[in-house]
Amino acid sequence: MIVVDNVEKAFESRVVLDGVSVRFDRGKVSALVGPSGGGKSTLLRCINGLERFDAGRIEVDGLVLGPSKTDRPSRADRATLRAIRLKAGMVFQHYGLFSHMSALENVMEAPIHVRGVAPAVARERAKLLLAQVGLPHRRNAFPRELSGGEQQRVAIARALAMDPEALLLDEPTSALDPERKAEVVGVLRDLAKQGATMIIVTHEAAVVREIADHAICLRDGKVVAAGSPSEVL
Amino acid sequence: MTRCRVLFLALVVAVVGLLGLVACGRTTPVSGLARIRAAGVIKWGGDIQGGEPYVYGDPKSPDRLIGFEVEIADAIARELGVRAEFVQNDWANLVPSLERGSFDIVMNGLEVTEARVGRVRFTRPYCVFTERLMARAGNASIAPDLLALRGKKVGTLANSLAFEMLRGTATPVVYDGVEEPYLDLVNGRTDAVLLDDIIATRYGAPRPELQVVGDLREGYYAIAVRPSDPDLAAAIDDAIGAIAARGELRRILERSHLWNDRQDRLIGWTAADQTRMLGAPRSPPPIERGHVMLFLRGAGVTLLVSTLAMALAIPLGLLLSLARLHGGPVLARLAGAYVEIYRGTPVLLQLYLLYYGLAPVLKLGALPAAVIGLGMNYAAYEAEVYRAGIQAVPKAQIESALALGMSTRLALRRVVLPQALRHAIPNVTNDFIALLKDSSLVSVITVVELTKQMTITAVDVRSWIGPGLLCAGLYFAMSYPLGRIARRLEKKLEGEREAEAAT
Repeated sequence: MIVVDNVEKAFESRVVLDGVSVRFDRGKVSALVGPSGGGKSTLLRCINGLERFDAGRIEVDGLVLGPSKTDRPSRADRATLRAIRLKAGMVFQHYGLFSHMSALENVMEAPIHVRGVAPAVARERAKLLLAQVGLPHRRNAFPRELSGGEQQRVAIARALAMDPEALLLDEPTSALDPERKAEVVGVLRDLAKQGATMIIVTHEAAVVREIADHAICLRDGKVVAAGSPSEVL
Repeated sequence: MTRCRVLFLALVVAVVGLLGLVACGRTTPVSGLARIRAAGVIKWGGDIQGGEPYVYGDPKSPDRLIGFEVEIADAIARELGVRAEFVQNDWANLVPSLERGSFDIVMNGLEVTEARVGRVRFTRPYCVFTERLMARAGNASIAPDLLALRGKKVGTLANSLAFEMLRGTATPVVYDGVEEPYLDLVNGRTDAVLLDDIIATRYGAPRPELQVVGDLREGYYAIAVRPSDPDLAAAIDDAIGAIAARGELRRILERSHLWNDRQDRLIGWTAADQTRMLGAPRSPPPIERGHVMLFLRGAGVTLLVSTLAMALAIPLGLLLSLARLHGGPVLARLAGAYVEIYRGTPVLLQLYLLYYGLAPVLKLGALPAAVIGLGMNYAAYEAEVYRAGIQAVPKAQIESALALGMSTRLALRRVVLPQALRHAIPNVTNDFIALLKDSSLVSVITVVELTKQMTITAVDVRSWIGPGLLCAGLYFAMSYPLGRIARRLEKKLEGEREAEAAT
């Protein structure tokens, strides 16, 4: 369970999050929607510790993150951040695959070097995950040889390889053309059916309707609506 | 292959152009004396780095040149009815510059040697000197005997008479200035110094750590004139005769404390004395296998110094770039200062400071000093190359790495650096090519590498064309394959980047 409690954040003088409080339940798919600049991506990045916030608190499965004045986290914060990141995997709009590694190596990398999984074990697991996202034949391709949709599916497999308790997706389909979008949405739908906890930042109504159990609308840094997808949209 | 053909053509054009320039320089139709009288000025070449008492800046007003050779030049000019004008030129290359026509005569402690007699026309001498051997005080192993110097490191000036004498017996260590040989002798980098007594008296003897071992032979300073200007040579002979006869030469030499019994013979100098002084002219040896072997050894030194310097510059540059980007405010500022200072000052100066300046506290050998000096300088450039490479890694990849639970350090090691280093390879290769050529600077700290070998040989064989082309060819043979590799890598990386941008 992820609890966001009265979080505030400003970039310089511009307020991005203005006292946001939200709960994300285990096993549910939540969609964060709203106009651009409404604060939805920032909220997602705060949960993962990629952005710090000025006031309030965020709790991820009992791990508590408080406000911070600087970008350089303290030693204690760093431990909390890493623990949170192991619980909440993240997928970005622009994929962020490691250019110098093949699809398979991208997926194996963190289990081996962060979790200490034996390479042979990590490799078998990575093959399974690539098959799960529909790319069993592309495991030796480098990111530059993959289409956008394929890259995003590898990125999802890479996040899943760490066995996160929740998956945070920041505009996962925005950079893709419609055909590629469908591939990625298909993968997300399968994950939702298997009971994964997901928070998806998106501005696409179709994605919300098709996958989400719950929708939250952020505007000017405030929660302006929350409820079932049909209600919020 | 067409590329080879283009390259060959370019080389031919360059050589033809060079020969054309040489031919132009040789057209001096008017006789020397008439030309000087017409211009009203006689230009004489020398090197101020030779220092006191030859030609040097007046300590009271450094713009004004003084020295016994300045006085002699003025006296001769007066006899010829013209004005004397000094032209500064690197000492080791005074004779080639005379042949080029940079000045009319050379007068700067130029010893009469067999090799030079075959190349220039010497006037009657204006000073007698002896080759004086000095060693550290109390070092009994150095005797005043050339053969006993076998295997010893003996400092001297490049292309001097002493250098000629030492070659083949001792291991000559060559310098461009008169202070440095004695400095290195005090510091224990050499076993002895063999130089003219005039230099030894002023720069060696005042050092209490050193002692005079003895004099090995006598020699003469004379004015060098182009062989195509015999009338000028004759006129200067007459002028020196007149100056000597009326006691002016003695007064000039006395003012610089150079007069002694040996100088007496300058007064009544005869044609027979001149013949004896000149000896049998030695024709220049052709470029032969021995020279080529020396060049290959020089190329080996160039390659060794460059490779080791780069091997130092790469890890040091990497540390500097990491300190600058991820080291926190203090380390980042220190690394920034290092880069700016090393890029903002000449590498020649850095080599001087490292080798001579630090000698009282840190006595580095010439080769280690060369490697460390060039390596530390190039580290500043490599740091910037890596910094650019690190910053070129997309932020999304770093955030992905952090989001996967990697620490900043692990993300740097596994994600950022492998890509940054790959992106840096073409630039690092290009820098290595530049370093190959910059390594010629280390000759100022007595390392004989390819370029220095070329200048020494050029004086030996009295030609710059052969040694120059050989030297250029060797540099080219080392740098061209590297350039090809760099371009190929660049193209490959560019292709990958384009593919990445397209998706």
